[in-house]
Amino acid sequence: MYPAFVNPRASLAILAGKAAGTASRLLGRGGGTAIAGVVALGVDQGLVRTLSRQAAAGAIAVTGTNGKTTTSLMLNRVAAAAGLRPLHNRSGSNMMRGVAAMLVDEASISGSIADAARRLAILEVDEATLPEITREVRPRVIVFTNLFRDQLDRYGEVDTVARSWRSALRGQGTGDRGQPQEEPPTIVLNADDPAVAHLGRGYGGPVLYYGVEDASAGGDVVEHASDFRTCLECGADLAYSVTFYGHVGHWRCASCGNARPSADVRLTRVTARGDATEMAVATAGGELDILLPLTGLYNAYNALAAVAGATALGLPSEAIVSALAEFSAAFGRQERFQLDGRDVQVLLGKNPTGLNQVLRAVAARPGRKRLLFFLNDGIADGRDISWIWDTDYEVVQPQTEWALAAGTRAEDLALRLKYAGFGEYVEIERDAATALRRAIEATPAGETLYVLPTYTAMLEVREIIAKRAGEGHFWEGA
Amino acid sequence: MSAPTLRVVHLYPRLMNIYGDRGNIMCLRHRCEARGIGFELTELGIGDRFDSAAADLIFAGGAQDREQRNVVEDLLATKADAVREAVEAAVVLLAVCGAYQLFGRFYREATGMELPGVGIFDLHTEHPGEKAKRLIGNIVAELVGPLPSSGQGGHPPITIVGFENHGGRTYLAPGVRPLAKVRSGHGNNGRDGAEGAVYRNAYGTYIHGSLLPKNPAFADHLIGLALRRRYGDVELARIDNRAEELAHRAALRLRP
Ligand SMILES: [Zn+2]
Repeated sequence: MYPAFVNPRASLAILAGKAAGTASRLLGRGGGTAIAGVVALGVDQGLVRTLSRQAAAGAIAVTGTNGKTTTSLMLNRVAAAAGLRPLHNRSGSNMMRGVAAMLVDEASISGSIADAARRLAILEVDEATLPEITREVRPRVIVFTNLFRDQLDRYGEVDTVARSWRSALRGQGTGDRGQPQEEPPTIVLNADDPAVAHLGRGYGGPVLYYGVEDASAGGDVVEHASDFRTCLECGADLAYSVTFYGHVGHWRCASCGNARPSADVRLTRVTARGDATEMAVATAGGELDILLPLTGLYNAYNALAAVAGATALGLPSEAIVSALAEFSAAFGRQERFQLDGRDVQVLLGKNPTGLNQVLRAVAARPGRKRLLFFLNDGIADGRDISWIWDTDYEVVQPQTEWALAAGTRAEDLALRLKYAGFGEYVEIERDAATALRRAIEATPAGETLYVLPTYTAMLEVREIIAKRAGEGHFWEGA
Repeated sequence: MSAPTLRVVHLYPRLMNIYGDRGNIMCLRHRCEARGIGFELTELGIGDRFDSAAADLIFAGGAQDREQRNVVEDLLATKADAVREAVEAAVVLLAVCGAYQLFGRFYREATGMELPGVGIFDLHTEHPGEKAKRLIGNIVAELVGPLPSSGQGGHPPITIVGFENHGGRTYLAPGVRPLAKVRSGHGNNGRDGAEGAVYRNAYGTYIHGSLLPKNPAFADHLIGLALRRRYGDVELARIDNRAEELAHRAALRLRP
């Protein structure tokens, strides 16, 4: 449909995009990648369609509130292990312009993607961008991780996101001019999240559900940061036999019978093993034993979503198991550095559900904790920081030896930490570099410092650490 | 006489809680307990009956559209009369964001359809349509009514700070006292400079989430009103406010 012969408009767009990207990099703008996409899309609005559809193995999109960066990076590694060459928007640039920038970078100026026969597009997609990406790219598979409140000032309410997802899927199964399309995308859904599972109801294409069966991974406490506690069919309260986090668990509506669908890809056993997680995953193709070198149930969910996505693509089990065993975290998600003889772990937490998961994972580690919290209110963080009142900082307080509140909204964070019982020792430091230096000094050599930033703070922290540790800049790869 | 107890009733904590409203309840509890004042919390959901004699302070927060519809039906059917009765008996009410709109006379959707409210505040809210910008951002406002010392007799005005995020524009009927005067931000409708509304001891506001924790003077005003109504003269002891004041002062400097 879109052969790789010269398409003058696309060529011009690619040329302009490449020039803008180079200029931005020369000017030292961190990342710089989105600029190339903005410029290229200004010249040719159809560029993402033209370029992405050249990938012979098609495309997989990953969306949801939490876990999409890690899940798509896992899929990247699995695809590479299976002999494919991923076209992957990394660096967290997950809106249309970020996808365009990545494709511009991978395209020749004649408008063709090199090695198209081995290409699989792996697209991390912002929740609000999904309808547009679905229309332009026509992915073979769409993976949905979960849906939680996140940046209400930017995305609107979670219901708005759910509505836009449903509208993205409604058009599927029909072609560009309304004729029947041969294959609507397979949607891969988290059965344990009632808002995500609901997308499968009445969908016209194939649906693959994944979920956690091992009830020992859960508890019976419903966190404050739960968004979908009522049935999306009838509005009655949902009942849970087990809750894993937020509103994710084994749910059922007592009133209308709407219930968690049975999962096709099932996490039947999950066990923490020091810095790793042992997972037994049942799929239609047999049981996979995975030793994932990450901790926290949220990472087990990310791996489960990646297994389900890879299964939907038909990637071989051996590639899945080996790639996940060798996985290292997406930047800032769960990174470790050695700094002045201290073990520094950076754990991103940008909304209440995500941060609750991180806090629980930290609390599960042995020993007294030294914690450096960052709260920024940049556009990419969400300017409304009210969510800290829905976050359970209390779970790490009893084991905390030392804590510092940093970032542009450090005072709000310090007040929240006072309420969580940190009052006697929490101090404020607005400058990121100074905060990190103070935290290192407060951590004895050989001990661990946990750094818990929001998104833009994570980029700042990573820059400071990378400079000191002599590593590359963050956009050079994760 | 035994120590006083503040009895707080939280309406629909599970359905109306999207903006960190839990912080307001945590604040009321903390500021009572730090002073040796008892604190009792009752959470009322769909179908629960509200006993107007059992509350010193009623709190209701924001909700999503979907949940707001469930709530309105139940509120009008099972609780509205009792809440009105309580407010007339000088019980303290704090209604934030969605609840503030709900406790007005009506909400006019972009289509022109009018949804009835509880009618505690003589005001109405209009949705200007999907194309109109939501009023979002940091807000600083000066209290005009509730604290007698605010801006009077040489006292500097008392500020309240926080975040607002609402599509609806609220208009007060003539003579209705706003809670505050907007210094930076949007307030009720982005036009007339008013923020919130006051009727007897009922306060409505768009400032959500962490309203009370970093506005300790306003929090104490509500606690004091609620306790004095039942126990007569109650003196609120000074408590440590350093973290609260740092957060409040930092918020005064934020861009809207
Ligand atoms: Zn139901």
